[in-house]
Amino acid sequence: MRPPSPSIPEKEFLFTALKQSLRLDGRQALEIRPIELNFGPELGWVECALGKTRVLAHVDAKMVKPPPERPFEGTISIHSEISPMASSEYEVGRPSEEEVTITRMLDKVIRRSDTVDKESLCILAGQRVWHLRLTIHCLADSGNLLDCACLAGLVALKHFRRPDVEVIGEEVTVHPPTSRAPIPLSLHHTPYCFTFAFFPDTSIPPVLDPNYLEQRLNGGLISIALNAQRELCVVQKSGGVPLVPEDVLKIVDVAVGKAKELDAFVESRLKEDWEGRKVEVR
Amino acid sequence: MSIVLPGEQVPAQHVNLKLGPGLQQIQTRNDGTSRSAQLIVATRAGSLNHSANGSKWWIESNSRRYVPAAQEPVIGVIAQKQGEGFRVDIGSAHSANLDGLAFEGASKRNKPNLKIGSLVYARVSLAHKDMEPELECFDAQTRKAEGFGELKGGFLVRCSLRMCRQLLDPNHFLLPLLGARFPLEVAVGLNGRVWINSKEAKHIIAITRAIEAADPDGDSLDASGVSTLLNDLDGKMSL
Repeated sequence: MRPPSPSIPEKEFLFTALKQSLRLDGRQALEIRPIELNFGPELGWVECALGKTRVLAHVDAKMVKPPPERPFEGTISIHSEISPMASSEYEVGRPSEEEVTITRMLDKVIRRSDTVDKESLCILAGQRVWHLRLTIHCLADSGNLLDCACLAGLVALKHFRRPDVEVIGEEVTVHPPTSRAPIPLSLHHTPYCFTFAFFPDTSIPPVLDPNYLEQRLNGGLISIALNAQRELCVVQKSGGVPLVPEDVLKIVDVAVGKAKELDAFVESRLKEDWEGRKVEVR
Repeated sequence: MSIVLPGEQVPAQHVNLKLGPGLQQIQTRNDGTSRSAQLIVATRAGSLNHSANGSKWWIESNSRRYVPAAQEPVIGVIAQKQGEGFRVDIGSAHSANLDGLAFEGASKRNKPNLKIGSLVYARVSLAHKDMEPELECFDAQTRKAEGFGELKGGFLVRCSLRMCRQLLDPNHFLLPLLGARFPLEVAVGLNGRVWINSKEAKHIIAITRAIEAADPDGDSLDASGVSTLLNDLDGKMSL
């Protein structure tokens, strides 16, 4: 049984408050909730929190034989699990429309935007390549699960380091992290995802990073994935509210600014964490 | 006050013993003696409390999931109309039934017209473990509303179950503190939902944030902390 949609008073109040440009959590219309990034003991283990929305992302790598049509490229697979743990709206084995959107968007942002240099994952052409497995667990959903999951997945890829390998002839030697420093993945760019919510009443301006109620009551969502270099990766619009082209361009401009801020924040956090880690190389 | 775990025996002894939430009496047949011994066992983890004379015992803990108990006031959302009554979501595992005649002044001819999505303030009249809970919007003896019924306007805040129990405590700081700043209306349900209303949207937002900040499941601020938060909001939105 899915819980009913928000009650009439909640809906009416949200709209009256938004009309006075007041958001329930005291944010400005184009303000993201405070982001928290926590790194686990392993490399590639990241917990990302966007307000009360929390996502855990984890990367691991193993060696596989590449598919014959692409012998020089490594592979990436994304496993996103949205369990009822995140919210009682989600059910096991019966993905809702929202869950499908999140899974497909993750695939577009992380895999199809060519973030990871797949050729650098090749060890021995046609014989051995790295297979990266990105697992995303949604721990708590308080709105805008998509942005949080994208951020967690990307930061996990940036945080992850694979063991060094040495190839002599046909012989492949894997050096454990204790003997040789593990190598970070080579990433082409880091796209960040930003979701804006629109409301059926067009006098309400779009809001960035919708919270739980805003997410449930919106008339349309537009998700934009771009990197700090102003390169657009994905634009996805869902919901029936029509948009003027100028509005979309305005939103893209906002997202560019936010992507720069977010990129600086992520880099500083990664640096902080890396300096805190004692990596012994003997 | 001590911490107990489910299954732990509780030394509750009184001639006129009353057990509150989280405690259960089990009969164990003792073959050695003729009379059967009575054991009081905790069914919940939490802190054990008792009244001054030891006649009332209960367990206090915090949780988010509501388990209906008879006579508790709750706030529900109408989920479905069903024949004579309504199906109401009260945040428990099963939705509750609310009879269309369980309102003040309701008769076969004159039934309340609640839309799907309306909020109701009701009392749990029946909470049996094998049946769906039942609600009523009046006092069964006097047939008067006693404050129950549809809640119009306002806003619904979700909080932890301990927070809403604390809000019902007349000695708790939060509601007097908020009331001193601006007029407000409030209905506290014991299912982790608090309905609030005030004249201005920014006041409602301030109340929502104060309740979330004082929630032991959230920031658990004390009176001075909430005052600082309100002063801070005052500066931003000029309450």
